[in-house]
Amino acid sequence: MTLAEILTSLFPEGHAVTVADGLVAGDGPFDGGRMRVIGIDGDTPLGVEGALTLAGHVLEAVRAGDKAPILVAVDSDSQRMSRRDELLGLNECLAHLAKALLLADRHGHPTIGLLYGHSAAGAFIATALATRVLAALPGANPSVMDLPSVARVTKLPLEKLQEMAQSTPVFAPGLDNMLATGAVHAVLDPAAPLGPQIASLIADRPEGDVRDRLGRERGGRPVAEEIARLVAGRLRAG
Amino acid sequence: MAGPDRDCLSWFEASARQRLDALLDAGTFREAIGPAERRMSPHLPLFDLPCAFDDGIVVGSGALDGRTVFVAAQEGRFMGGAFGEVHGGKLVGMLRAAVEAKPEAVLLLFDTGGVRLQEANAGETAIAETMRAITEARAAGVPVIGLIGGRAGCYGGGGLIAGTCSRLAVSEGGRISVSGPEVIETNKGAEEFDSRDRALVWRTMGGKHRRLIGGADAFCDDTVAAFRAAALDLIGRAPAFDLAMLEAEQARLRARIDRFGDCRDATEIWARLGVNDPEAVPAMDTRAFEETVARVEEARHDAR
Repeated sequence: MTLAEILTSLFPEGHAVTVADGLVAGDGPFDGGRMRVIGIDGDTPLGVEGALTLAGHVLEAVRAGDKAPILVAVDSDSQRMSRRDELLGLNECLAHLAKALLLADRHGHPTIGLLYGHSAAGAFIATALATRVLAALPGANPSVMDLPSVARVTKLPLEKLQEMAQSTPVFAPGLDNMLATGAVHAVLDPAAPLGPQIASLIADRPEGDVRDRLGRERGGRPVAEEIARLVAGRLRAG
Repeated sequence: MAGPDRDCLSWFEASARQRLDALLDAGTFREAIGPAERRMSPHLPLFDLPCAFDDGIVVGSGALDGRTVFVAAQEGRFMGGAFGEVHGGKLVGMLRAAVEAKPEAVLLLFDTGGVRLQEANAGETAIAETMRAITEARAAGVPVIGLIGGRAGCYGGGGLIAGTCSRLAVSEGGRISVSGPEVIETNKGAEEFDSRDRALVWRTMGGKHRRLIGGADAFCDDTVAAFRAAALDLIGRAPAFDLAMLEAEQARLRARIDRFGDCRDATEIWARLGVNDPEAVPAMDTRAFEETVARVEEARHDAR
């Protein structure tokens, strides 16, 4: 689905969401109130300015204190790779955006990611992965690194990696693998109206971070939950 | 090791275990899952790669000048300290325990190139879980202090985690960035970033630049004693995790981009910050550098 189609499905009565320089911002009527939308469209890389613009919208929502849901719609590239971005502290800007979303969550704003295209690396962590619930549409294509690049770094033949990717979700790009890892909670049905599907995800959102449990249940991350629980239990016991 | 030897140990050269052993009060470190339990990566054998008994991270608790702290130390010499499934699970578990047990601080000894590609999805998700857990610990009143001075630097998702910490201490050898020099060069060409130009790497991502622009809160000599002193100081002045702090951070980062967004090189930024002789910064010893930092307003803030 395109962003325009998503917004039409979400807000059949119309909305005030706009896109400028690949950055999405605005709101629309939702479930008797408003839903705020921020995001990245058109496979746009996320640099220092974009991260601060999006974080500004999130902080404005927190300041408003209305506890309105915040939808983070993502079709992005990775972080913008440049000397200038790193010089200016891209790590601080991306972390700042993630912290703003995590703060909004703490302040009672349900945060929902909606992955409808590509996303990767730092841009993915700072946006979709910083929400409480991450949904995706079929055709979404999250990745850490594409297989030819993995082949270059790991010095393994591409054919072998492609074969391994069939049975090993932990390293291969793609929505199915991110679903198996627990990073993506649910895949939406593009043929049905999105509003009720998002509303039900909000209503059923988990209390804490359940991604490692989902990863175990789905087989994409078999041991992370157990290791985290073991470490936490021993440290709590003192 | 006796006291003086421990204090003089080079942070850059030391292993993760040596750093922890020398950083904490003698004999106080207790590891949560030790190498004897052999909780290794279930994925690396598929790539015919050797595993480490601790998966490249050491987590546990100990005392720092008598105070209880939870710690995690990455081992940059194993897979570049990269985040894999077990590695990430150990870090996340430690942070979740901190939310409830409320130690006096959490210390994160970064030494990482970012996500481990052989376990990329698990590593990326663990980084997101780590950032959420850090904000929860901070909101519970536990300062989370990052110490950065290892061989592998603090790259990729490690850079984002560092930006989530309450305070950061960095040494000359510590580098903080999202895209590493090789990644930028591979994707954008050597005209954009020549990764073999080591001076450029230090100027753009190194400890001195980060300290001058306020990207780190303390600058340390490359010794365990210096990092210990910095950690103790930073625990005592950790900012809160709330709306006021994030609004201050928003203003701080915006002002930085407005003021330095047209600079091509770190030396131009340092000149605008009021540093008298920017070309001399890379060669300055710690004392001279501290005197320079003391005159730079951007280096002092509670907005992280």
